[in-house]
Amino acid sequence: MDVLSLDLVEADQRVGVIRVAGGRGLRQRLNKMGIHSGSNLLVKRSGIIGGPILVHLQGVDVAIGRGMARKIIVERIK
Amino acid sequence: MKPSVHSDKTHKWDDLDDFRHAQFVLVGQPNCGKSTIFNEVAGYRSITGNFPGATVEYTRGHVNVLNNTYDVVDLPGTYSLSTTDQAERVSQRYLLTQRVDVIINVVDASILSRSLELTLQLMELEIPMILCLNMMDEAERKGIHINTVQLSELLGIPVIETIASKGRGIKQLFVEALKTARNRQKPKHIQGNRDVERVIAGLIRVLKKEIKPSAYSVHLLATKLLEKDPFFVGFIKSAYPGLAGKILEFRKKLSRSHGRSSDEVISFERHALSMSIFEKVATVSKPRISWQDRMDRVLMHNIWGYVCLVLVLLVFFNLVFGVGRFLELPLIGLFDRLSGLAENLLGADTLPGVIVTGSIEGIGGGIAIVLPYLLPFLLGLSFLEDIGYLPRIAFLMDSFMHKIGLHGTAVIPAVLGYGCNVPAVMATRILDSPRDRFIAALISTMVPCSARMTIIFGLAGYYLGGMVAFGLYMFNLVVIAFSGWIFSRILKEATPGMMMEIPAYHLPRIQSVLKKTWFRTKDFIVIAWPLLIAGSAVLALTEYFHLTGHINQALQPLTAMLGLPTEVGTTLIFGVLRKELSMLMLFQALGTTDMSTVMSNAQMLVFTVFVVFYIPCVATIGVLFKQVKLKGVILITFYTFLIATVLALIIRIFAEYVL
Repeated sequence: MDVLSLDLVEADQRVGVIRVAGGRGLRQRLNKMGIHSGSNLLVKRSGIIGGPILVHLQGVDVAIGRGMARKIIVERIK
Repeated sequence: MKPSVHSDKTHKWDDLDDFRHAQFVLVGQPNCGKSTIFNEVAGYRSITGNFPGATVEYTRGHVNVLNNTYDVVDLPGTYSLSTTDQAERVSQRYLLTQRVDVIINVVDASILSRSLELTLQLMELEIPMILCLNMMDEAERKGIHINTVQLSELLGIPVIETIASKGRGIKQLFVEALKTARNRQKPKHIQGNRDVERVIAGLIRVLKKEIKPSAYSVHLLATKLLEKDPFFVGFIKSAYPGLAGKILEFRKKLSRSHGRSSDEVISFERHALSMSIFEKVATVSKPRISWQDRMDRVLMHNIWGYVCLVLVLLVFFNLVFGVGRFLELPLIGLFDRLSGLAENLLGADTLPGVIVTGSIEGIGGGIAIVLPYLLPFLLGLSFLEDIGYLPRIAFLMDSFMHKIGLHGTAVIPAVLGYGCNVPAVMATRILDSPRDRFIAALISTMVPCSARMTIIFGLAGYYLGGMVAFGLYMFNLVVIAFSGWIFSRILKEATPGMMMEIPAYHLPRIQSVLKKTWFRTKDFIVIAWPLLIAGSAVLALTEYFHLTGHINQALQPLTAMLGLPTEVGTTLIFGVLRKELSMLMLFQALGTTDMSTVMSNAQMLVFTVFVVFYIPCVATIGVLFKQVKLKGVILITFYTFLIATVLALIIRIFAEYVL
């Protein structure tokens, strides 16, 4: 299985969230946007080149800072 | 007209007087069109935002349904019922403690699956509720078809389709809401995963036995306790400390059987439940790449994004200053004539004459100098905000802002600062942590506002050249970045980082842009302007009582150190009262409008730098009190004074001994 943190995913890749490696506060903040284990994300702008990450889920674009993205553990889909 | 009463036996609305005070409460996630609905029925009283967190306080208005008037409350947009940020705390507290007869849960139909997570939480409150499926047109465009009847059956609450931007379905929405309120029809509980439900049921049994009936439904209390919500955990800790151990047992039970912590189990459950409801009621045809996506490929690009940002800002500031300059001169002329008139009427040397002309100059300072720049600036900014560009600026600036210890969102108040520091400081409340708010407030007060701009352009720009003025703006940015960096090192604290919805581009609605501009201008008019007027009256009195000499004497150590003429002392003191006045006062103090005859180039540069950085004006200090409290105000005042002195001194030494 191809497991990595969200900041390392390349653009246009679909990923599934495996877990959020952080405290309750971080989890709750991500929850608000619908990001928790089990959610499917489409990475629209990769964090590999630096800067924040842009993901698309449930019909919305969400910008996530690098620090947070590093704590979101995902796997590539297909 | 007596409203027709539903034949439900449980209704208790015989007391019509009581019912007249019924409260309709609008709740929904940011950008769901909640405020648009509110404005449609209650008149323009709230800001509709295309930026998360536009409404932080709730707004109250009246709605007319079937010939009766009821209260309607617009709560700030919240993603969930937890308490992670200010807006959510406002909403949660309101729903738990105030009278709510019916919740109107507004949902952006085009993002139904995410929105349902809030809906499920709201249903746990056990308050009569109705779902408003807004933006149906947007959903259709995205290829999402929703079976409203089935959704209503699954949730067990009425569902009404609306298109708020076109005013469609709103009337029906409120009629249905009224019916629901009158029936006192509480939403039913929706069954999720059996294991989880069993644990929740167990905790409910314990709570029912141990806890007196409170304002909170037991079901809500149980799920929130398993979710470790700080508010409810605090409630139990203070009222029933003995229960903490038992609750911990239930949490452990849940995390043991599911292999993750109890709050994750609950949120995952809610997510799964809303996904399954969504899949049952909606059919989605494959979305195509929209023009929006194509636009974002450029506007949020790693290189082109910044090129576009610079271009947009260039056009933006040119427009603002173009309009400002066009308006400023005739307005100044008008107020000069007015104060001349007052002087003739009351006498130039009488006390009333001095006070009146001073006040007129204060009023004029607001209208003629600040408003011509502030108004177009705020108008342009509201426009950029409503189009949806502002969140994209925050996105682009995230990396840079991280270097100075903040994240992208903090760029919004800083940009506002170029218009006026007062709304800028107010805008820091969109940030989550107090530490971020403090640093953002500090940075915002250091941004040269339109009043300080008159000095940069009028003195440095006019006598030393446009390049010097431009250089000062750049220099200012460097100092701001440095200050942010310093303070983020001193106030070491993990910032939550940026997480922000990037909304779709919208064609802005004129009313909404105007309304937002008005709200921000109001900050200036209500807070800053009275202080400006009082400031100029004080100024006039000081001259009348010949106190200027004493003030200059008292400030002599400072002016001498900076190598400035002693006469500028007063202008510095009164620059605190009114920044834009420093320029006019300089003319007055030195007795000429041609600065080059009384000040050397070096002196002009030193003066400008000092005035740009030192102490925020009284009006800004006023709002700072509200946002960062006394300690923060003292710190910011002291810091800006220190940095201004040091920088001015360096420039003096550099100009005198090096050049």
